[in-house]
Amino acid sequence: MKIIVCIKQVPDSAAKVVVEGGKVSWGDAPLVINPWDEYAVEAALQQKEALGGTVTAISIGGESAKEAIKHALAMGADDAILISDPALANLDTQAAAQVLAAAIRKAGGVDMAFFGRQAIDGDSGITPSQTARLLGWPALTLSAVIKVDGGNVRVERAIEEGRQIVTAKLPAVFSLVKDFGEPRYPSFMGIRKASRAEIPAWSLGDLGMVAPATVISWPEVMNPPSREVTCEVIGGGSPQEIAEKLADKILAEKIL
Amino acid sequence: MKTWVYVDHFKGQVLPASWEAIGAGKTLGTVTALVFGSGVEALAKTAFTYGADEVFLADDPALADYRSEAYASTLSSLAAEHKPDAILFPTTTRCREMAGMVAMDLKTGVMVDVTALELQGDRIVATRPIYAGKLLTKETCSASPQIATLRGRAFPKPAADTGKSGTPTKVAAKVEALTNVEGYATTEGGVSLIDAGVIVSGGRGVSNNPTLTPPGGLDEKQTEIWRAQQGFALVKDLAAVLGAAVGASRAAVDAGYVPYMHQVGQTGKVVSPDLYIACGISGAIQHLAGMRTSKMIVAINKDAEAPIFKVARYGVVGDLYQIIPALTAAFKSKLGK
Ligand SMILES: Cc1cc2nc3c(=O)[nH]c(=O)nc-3n(C[C@H](O)[C@H](O)[C@H](O)COP(=O)(O)OP(=O)(O)OC[C@H]3O[C@@H](n4cnc5c(N)ncnc54)[C@H](O)[C@@H]3O)c2cc1C
Ligand SMILES: Nc1ncnc2c1ncn2[C@@H]1O[C@H](COP(=O)(O)O)[C@@H](O)[C@H]1O
Repeated sequence: MKIIVCIKQVPDSAAKVVVEGGKVSWGDAPLVINPWDEYAVEAALQQKEALGGTVTAISIGGESAKEAIKHALAMGADDAILISDPALANLDTQAAAQVLAAAIRKAGGVDMAFFGRQAIDGDSGITPSQTARLLGWPALTLSAVIKVDGGNVRVERAIEEGRQIVTAKLPAVFSLVKDFGEPRYPSFMGIRKASRAEIPAWSLGDLGMVAPATVISWPEVMNPPSREVTCEVIGGGSPQEIAEKLADKILAEKIL
Repeated sequence: MKTWVYVDHFKGQVLPASWEAIGAGKTLGTVTALVFGSGVEALAKTAFTYGADEVFLADDPALADYRSEAYASTLSSLAAEHKPDAILFPTTTRCREMAGMVAMDLKTGVMVDVTALELQGDRIVATRPIYAGKLLTKETCSASPQIATLRGRAFPKPAADTGKSGTPTKVAAKVEALTNVEGYATTEGGVSLIDAGVIVSGGRGVSNNPTLTPPGGLDEKQTEIWRAQQGFALVKDLAAVLGAAVGASRAAVDAGYVPYMHQVGQTGKVVSPDLYIACGISGAIQHLAGMRTSKMIVAINKDAEAPIFKVARYGVVGDLYQIIPALTAAFKSKLGK
């Protein structure tokens, strides 16, 4: 199996993200691998362990993205490629999908490409299906269970109504939901190996493409209107008295 | 502006955000609703009652199951022929996927999970939360059609007017697909979190009642889960009286108190009910990410310093084991149940 896993570097989920002077800032919070992409790495490693082969992590990003890549290597990915080019700042998802599809094609002979369900910075969750569309591969997104049998794959996809059970032929694109199972922690050996790894960088030229045009632009980023709430603490008396008061307050707001 | 709205459904059950999207579409111009499936003519008729000016119906046995390739191709080829200015979808799992694919086919982009729309000339300016709602952006799409998925409960649902009717326009399905649907497995039912008007959520605190005596023979973990079940029973009773859905923090899910489908937050569901009651939840930033846009938040927590009180309109500093049953009883009598 030749397996690719696409990862993005994002500010830590606990970061306080604000707009300062028109720019997005996350203070001194660390940049980390997108949490959903850890599930993608886990799924990729499980397939490799079951079927043999290699796992290559790919990330579009700046030099700093190497840290996110190293997390994937420390978890057990065999090697990695950083796609870095000054023309690739502020990509929208369709442009990212064009670059990732080109990289997957250039890697050649790929059987499975794993994605996170969503990047927690832009919160789009559409790059996987867009990349699948470009490649002409089945989009087995939001998978909770993946079973490969020869060149065929059967997945259980999480949908609002439960699970949809789908079969398809490889190669295919996958994204993972949390039900898939928790990602492993990097091992000590893995961390050592990752810290020494050479991560080759590809430019757009290496991919034989020019910078894809972005279509979506976001000229304005704002702090959300602050929730002007002052909490009224309901106290005094027995639990019954408190509950009576609280119920009356809630009913008075006429939202029930 | 010529606006299309895709109506998402599962075996004829429409996800309500679809009707909200028709309402939002009407604020932009004329609305053509798109109904795809097999044996779904009745839905096409319903779309008129929610305000669609026209309905395109692709009714084909090959569309009986949602398959992204076939559905996206059907929509893309229609759009290539009729050239709408905008295509709106509800933000659902199927529609995120379809919208993304259609955008690739038509060489345009998607504004995902939008919470407000306005029109500037012929461009839609879409407001959407990013960084789990920590920030908002205003986005535009420079290509045509402009595609957006709209967050559920962010736009008012139009009232159905049963007096309105029309004849759907039959359109051809593109049936080629790369996937085969073997079937479905259901997970636990209950009120859907995303559509719920009221949510009662429990956190790690629900397992914290030292006065309860667990049955003998349980190990430490089993005892914790047993305690949590007693606590969640209270949460569920309150939810039942309010017709509410049950939510949970990640700590409660990870500890095995309730299944993941109940998780609210950055890595769970993003919800926006009219009323959110948080019980034994501290209010970590990742939890707030999933519920901070609720119209009214009520917190029950024994720690007066818990950050959840910063977003709450009403708070009770106390033991949830005492407060929740009393609150359930109070609502029962006040609501006449
Ligand atoms: C990448 C990432 C993603 C995450 N995603 C999510 C997510 O989607 N959703 C989410 O919820 N979290 C998420 N988290 C976890 C989050 O950081 C918190 O750990 C979690 O929300 C804490 O859950 P809690 O409030 O139930 O538990 P705690 O923080 O332990 O709080 C328990 C609360 O219960 C109160 N309490 C205890 N006993 C009682 C009692 N008897 N009566 C009343 N109150 C009582 C305590 O005072 C305390 O405030 C994520 C974390 C990371 C790193
Ligand atoms: N810059 C990037 N580099 C590599 N993979 C990416 C990048 N952006 C998005 N992805 C992949 O696409 C998934 C979904 O991203 P998004 O559609 O932006 O929410 C992520 O979880 C990654 O797996």
